[in-house]
Amino acid sequence: MELYQLTVHEMSDLIKRKKISAVELAQSVLDRINAVDEKIGSYITVLGDEALKRAKKVQERIDKGEVKSPLAGIPMALKDNICTENVKTTCASKMLDNFIPPYDATVSKKLYNEDTVLLGKLNMDEFAMGASTENSYYKVTRNPWDLDRVPGGSSGGSAAAVAAGMAGFALGSDTGGSIRQPASFCGVVGMKPTYGVVSRFGLIAFASSMDQIGPLTKDVTDCAIVLNAITGYDPMDSTSADVKYPDYSKALINDVKGFKIGIPKEYIDNEANPEVKKAVLDVAETLKNLGALVEEFSLPLTCYAVPAYYIISSAEASSNLSRYDGIKYGYRAKEYTDLMDLYMKTRSEGFGVEVKRRILLGTYALSSGYYDEYYKKALQVRTLIKNDFKEAFEKYDVLIGPAAPTTAYKIGEKKEKPLEMYLGDIYTVSVNIAGLPALTIPCGFDTNRLPIGLQLIGKPFDESTLLRVAYTFEQNTEFHKIRARI
Amino acid sequence: MEYEIIVGLEVHVELSTKSKIYCSCTTDFGGEANTYICPVCTGMPGVLPVLNKKVVEYAVRAGLATNCSIAEYSKQDRKNYFYPDLPKAYQISQYDLPLCQNGYIDIEAEGGTKRIGITRIHIEEDAGKLMHDEHETGTLIDYNRCGVPLIEVVTGPDMRSAQEAKAFVESLRNILQYIDVSDCKMQEGSLRVDVNLSVRPKGQKELGTRTEMKNLNSIRSMVRAIEGEAKRQIEVIENGGFIVQETRRWDEHKGISYSMRTKEEAHDYRYFPEPDLMPIVVDEKWKEEIRRSLPELPDARRKRYITDYGLPEYDATILTGSKALADFFEAAAIKCNNPKAVSNFILGDVSRILNDKGMEAEDIPFPAEYISRLVKLVDKGTISITIAKKVLEIMFEQKKDPEAIVKEEGLEVVSDEKALAEVVKKVILNNEKSVQDYKKGQNKVFGFLVGQAMKETGGKANPQLLNKLLKDELEKKDL
Repeated sequence: MELYQLTVHEMSDLIKRKKISAVELAQSVLDRINAVDEKIGSYITVLGDEALKRAKKVQERIDKGEVKSPLAGIPMALKDNICTENVKTTCASKMLDNFIPPYDATVSKKLYNEDTVLLGKLNMDEFAMGASTENSYYKVTRNPWDLDRVPGGSSGGSAAAVAAGMAGFALGSDTGGSIRQPASFCGVVGMKPTYGVVSRFGLIAFASSMDQIGPLTKDVTDCAIVLNAITGYDPMDSTSADVKYPDYSKALINDVKGFKIGIPKEYIDNEANPEVKKAVLDVAETLKNLGALVEEFSLPLTCYAVPAYYIISSAEASSNLSRYDGIKYGYRAKEYTDLMDLYMKTRSEGFGVEVKRRILLGTYALSSGYYDEYYKKALQVRTLIKNDFKEAFEKYDVLIGPAAPTTAYKIGEKKEKPLEMYLGDIYTVSVNIAGLPALTIPCGFDTNRLPIGLQLIGKPFDESTLLRVAYTFEQNTEFHKIRARI
Repeated sequence: MEYEIIVGLEVHVELSTKSKIYCSCTTDFGGEANTYICPVCTGMPGVLPVLNKKVVEYAVRAGLATNCSIAEYSKQDRKNYFYPDLPKAYQISQYDLPLCQNGYIDIEAEGGTKRIGITRIHIEEDAGKLMHDEHETGTLIDYNRCGVPLIEVVTGPDMRSAQEAKAFVESLRNILQYIDVSDCKMQEGSLRVDVNLSVRPKGQKELGTRTEMKNLNSIRSMVRAIEGEAKRQIEVIENGGFIVQETRRWDEHKGISYSMRTKEEAHDYRYFPEPDLMPIVVDEKWKEEIRRSLPELPDARRKRYITDYGLPEYDATILTGSKALADFFEAAAIKCNNPKAVSNFILGDVSRILNDKGMEAEDIPFPAEYISRLVKLVDKGTISITIAKKVLEIMFEQKKDPEAIVKEEGLEVVSDEKALAEVVKKVILNNEKSVQDYKKGQNKVFGFLVGQAMKETGGKANPQLLNKLLKDELEKKDL
């Protein structure tokens, strides 16, 4: 097996045993990027020499015995909405095409402190709005399992990079499914942690009350390792949770005996494609055989989640994206007659269609006369959905279902049908609305040999139980070992 | 027809916390443009605000000092609008759950004390400043003021004249200075007033349509704006017109207001809860801690000056009307046994000199103790009151203590009987007519003659002795 195909814990093991150096490892992954990213389009920015320099420094520290982190020397990449000091951070938008942050996001800092090696910044839907990575100002990212298909989104670059061996692991962000759905489409593991567990400082905001950074990895063990590195209270983020954080690797136990697992009926009813549905029910069987109690139950408010999500997230986005006005940084229209003209041209030219659609939607929902009917109503739905989950978790330790109604669709298939694309978020948005942790793992393939993703949803701050159930499933199946062939 | 003016105010006050409301940048005034900024207060992508707890404390202080109830639970909201001085294109403010509500301030109005209601006090962030560059080729922006904490104090429509509005702002400013939450320097923009004004025929119950004038940055300009706008509204109504609800800009130079935008053109700020910040919780314990830390407020101090120092109400009111003046008085009064004399000096000559020089009480160039020493010199008879005034002028100029000035300038009272007798003789000789008048029974001429004698001695004569000698001499002539 090539180095770039290894999981993080396998790479780490080889580095620790001095079988390979961080430089060799970085070189192997950079070579892989050079070889296949032209076809896939994961990266907006690749740090070649800088990454190698960094790997060399890390290796020197490893040689001196100065590092202990299991992430030391691991080549990784970040979604391009996570700020990196002196490295261009674009949000895949023309608006920020020239934006080089003078500061690091908290997660960037944390990963540097673990002696990881940053390889570059990953493609995404512009400002994380979208589910297919077709809304990037730069390029379309292609699914490593089938280059005619989308990798999902908005963290499509992150999912495709990990699936194609172009990064040991990647970070994405998830506002309505943007880690879990691409993980599902690309056959990798993706975690959206509990809201507040990973600092949002330096994550360029889409919808502040739902945005959350999380890892995309090749298996569940890697997910736990990366989670250990990026979680924790951050005084720079007022919504960060000041709680005691567990060692997630301790949750990697191959045992689910007696675990109570619920399947929301609404997640396997009409919308789900039969092959996806079957894969999820197969998982249920597997878990039952491993000693878990699995049953179906109802989350009756599921159908309100998508409209509530699109109102709340667009409302927040309309405000969050107002700062891109051409005055201070980023794109400014070349010619304008006065201030209003400068604003209008800059924002008309700088934002893509989908972003503009959401800004309009959100501005409308917050306008006086409509606020009560839309935004306020959506907040009420939000409270009810939270209560729904709370009730469910009085009965179950974990909920399972599909991450998306379908497997990866063809590029262009839904680009002009935004509503259809929005409905693809049906299984993921509730989790963001309620602030819960959720994890996607590969659980099968459809007849086109496209990966199917299983979503596990947990109680707030109970990432450990998710990891344990996922780890047990992984240990008893082979899906995570199958790599995309490019 | 007679009209009644209805005024409500929104007063923006910059708080004097060391750092800004959502980041650790300094709040200092007067820094070089864009040097007191960071990614947070300039709204760079991805950054997040973190509320400065001191801002909440200061706002609660202001609320408690103005008799407000303090919300145990309040939240912050985004007020969205585009303007280049507002880098995030929204201002973090408080919308429907402000920190303080339902307070009041008592002001001295025509016809006695009047209670002005305070509807709410909320916290928010200040914006930057646009500057047109000297070549007029464009507009520059200084973001130093961005994120400086403000409180907005909103009153009820309780004032009926420009004078009442003036009394309210002065009283509010005084309280905020007392509790040390703001320097309230209007010339530096740390206190700005928006005026809501309507008029109605006397006796009418319903309020008239109001207009709003924004950002008046001196009390003088607020008073003029109120008077000017009231006059304009009355004229419109008298001519059969209607008042349009609108925002107007007061032009201090021309003394008239202009329409800026009507109600239809008003911004829709699309307020919604700030998702980057948690609700503000002020529990009973914290609130009481803050309450206990409040210093004596102007009203209590005024009463104390009357009972403890035996000052007349007039003196006590004026002295406590400025914290700096009251502090100065008290520091001086405590060091001598004659508080009334100290008060006389401060309200008389000290205030006059400050006025002439365009200075504030905090600018007095010598320690308060010097005033008590000056009073003592007068009380001991070392110098006369006239000389004391002269000494005071010199104290302002040279910042020296009064004893040193008296000594250096040779201002001590002349109590040499022989020398004074000579002076008296000379005065009587030179003022034949006045002496005649005195003898005819015009007693007030005596004062004139004392004055002449005092002048002869350069004001240094011991007044009692001089009086006695002069009287004696005049009586003598009578014989």
